[in-house]
Amino acid sequence: MDIIKASELTYEYIRRNEEGDVDSINQAIKGIDFDIAKGDFVAILGHNGSGKSTLAKAINAILAPTSGSLWVKGYDTKDLDKLWDIRQAAGMVFQNPDNQIIATVVEEDVGFGPENIGIPTKEIWERVEESLRAVGMLEYRKHSPNKLSGGQKQRVAIAGIMAMKPECIVLDEPTAMLDPNGRKDVIHTITELNKRENVTILLITHYMDEVIGADKVIVMDQGQIVMEGTPREVFSKVEELKKYRLDVPQVTELAYELKKSGIPIPDGILTVDELVDELSRL
Amino acid sequence: MIRDITIGQYYPADSVIHRLDPRVKLIGTLLFIISLFLFNHFWGYVVASIYLFGIIKISKVPFKFIVKGLKSVMMIFLFTLVFNLFMTPGTVLWSFGFLKITWEGIRIAIFMGIRLTYLILGSSLMTFTTTPNNLTDGLESVMGPLNKIKVPVHEIAMMMSIALRFIPILLEETDKIMKAQTARGADFETGGLVKRAKSMIPLLVPLFVSAFRRANDLAMAMEARCYQGGHGRTKMNPLRYYKRDYLSFGVMAVYLGVLIGLNILL
Repeated sequence: MDIIKASELTYEYIRRNEEGDVDSINQAIKGIDFDIAKGDFVAILGHNGSGKSTLAKAINAILAPTSGSLWVKGYDTKDLDKLWDIRQAAGMVFQNPDNQIIATVVEEDVGFGPENIGIPTKEIWERVEESLRAVGMLEYRKHSPNKLSGGQKQRVAIAGIMAMKPECIVLDEPTAMLDPNGRKDVIHTITELNKRENVTILLITHYMDEVIGADKVIVMDQGQIVMEGTPREVFSKVEELKKYRLDVPQVTELAYELKKSGIPIPDGILTVDELVDELSRL
Repeated sequence: MIRDITIGQYYPADSVIHRLDPRVKLIGTLLFIISLFLFNHFWGYVVASIYLFGIIKISKVPFKFIVKGLKSVMMIFLFTLVFNLFMTPGTVLWSFGFLKITWEGIRIAIFMGIRLTYLILGSSLMTFTTTPNNLTDGLESVMGPLNKIKVPVHEIAMMMSIALRFIPILLEETDKIMKAQTARGADFETGGLVKRAKSMIPLLVPLFVSAFRRANDLAMAMEARCYQGGHGRTKMNPLRYYKRDYLSFGVMAVYLGVLIGLNILL
């Protein structure tokens, strides 16, 4: 079953002048179609201004589509009565870890979502413990978020979403403000959640290395979907990716350059091990 | 400077006072403040002192720590003392030009000083023994009836708790901006009051911009987590009265009873 489905989805940012007349229209998303199956790990890649963050906000029903439709778990995101069901089904993690933590104690922050949707007190505590354990932050439950590192804060934010038992988590560049260690932790956490809890993951990023573990990669450019496929399929088209101002992982790049200079290795090498295997076969 | 203010800080300790329901502490503090203005004789002060210092002792908050909170209100304190000392009419003890000290002035100044001190000690004791979150929960619950006259009680409490969460973040940011501006030649240290106040402008503008951006982000994050105001919300830590809370109400009643009794008798 598809958890997210878009058809002809369009979103426009309308800038108005002081009289309220339309000054300019910026089409952030231009009539895209896609669907995401339940339990998948999907990565959305794109350069700045490609419309990927707008898409994330549309899935969480923070933005309603200008035209076309977007369904989350069968609910139309234009249907205001279903707004809270949609937000509960598709949780969202934002870029800045500081600006999405509400409470002054970790466990109270994780409990914020369940409190909002009216879960009984006893169950809130169970859910808080469960989600903190799922992201590996249980030992920090009594800490103040201010004393945590960026990666830890981001994991608390993910736990806060998990406590609402969503079917899908949309992460809008969750690692953009983190150091390499924090980045690794967060990606590891997301991958684990996808595998163990079978949560659908929609990871929006521009770090290529984070995409390798995904089931499917969608590349966006100027509001349109330009490439779609498994990481191997997408990364074997190095030339095309460069056209969209995207890099490929270092190893893939190296393999590509080697092939260009005449060494017979296949396209779409993703890891160091694969390249070593291919090279030793020569 | 900001770090010197101990009013409004929490002092973690394990005492009965810490465990009391925040509503009890809020009401108790309010009653204590009112009680300070109920009497005007020596024995009243004795009773209030025993009551206050008894509670401080039970709370396990070091006395020295509480007294530190008095420093930040020293100016108001001195002002009131001097004002009362010189401006009360009565039997003149000493005079110099238009300044004169009266017997009544000394008496009122001392009593006023004690009252103010106790007022600050009492209210800071409440914040020392209650976590900010607990305090906002208590406030929300105590002010609950105001909801009927359309006071957005839940929203006010939520604003308070968010403000508490962002104070350290904004302090850190101020520090960062200050260093960035200093690196580009800004001078925050020298000059008179006016010059220093002016040098704050390049600090405040980016701070405000960033605070608004944060507010926007936070609002979006809260909405994404289904926040829709106080309606239909459950509590992770619902407030409940225990035996110790009823007992404290009893102690308060006895204290007020003794004070009022003394007032009638003397």
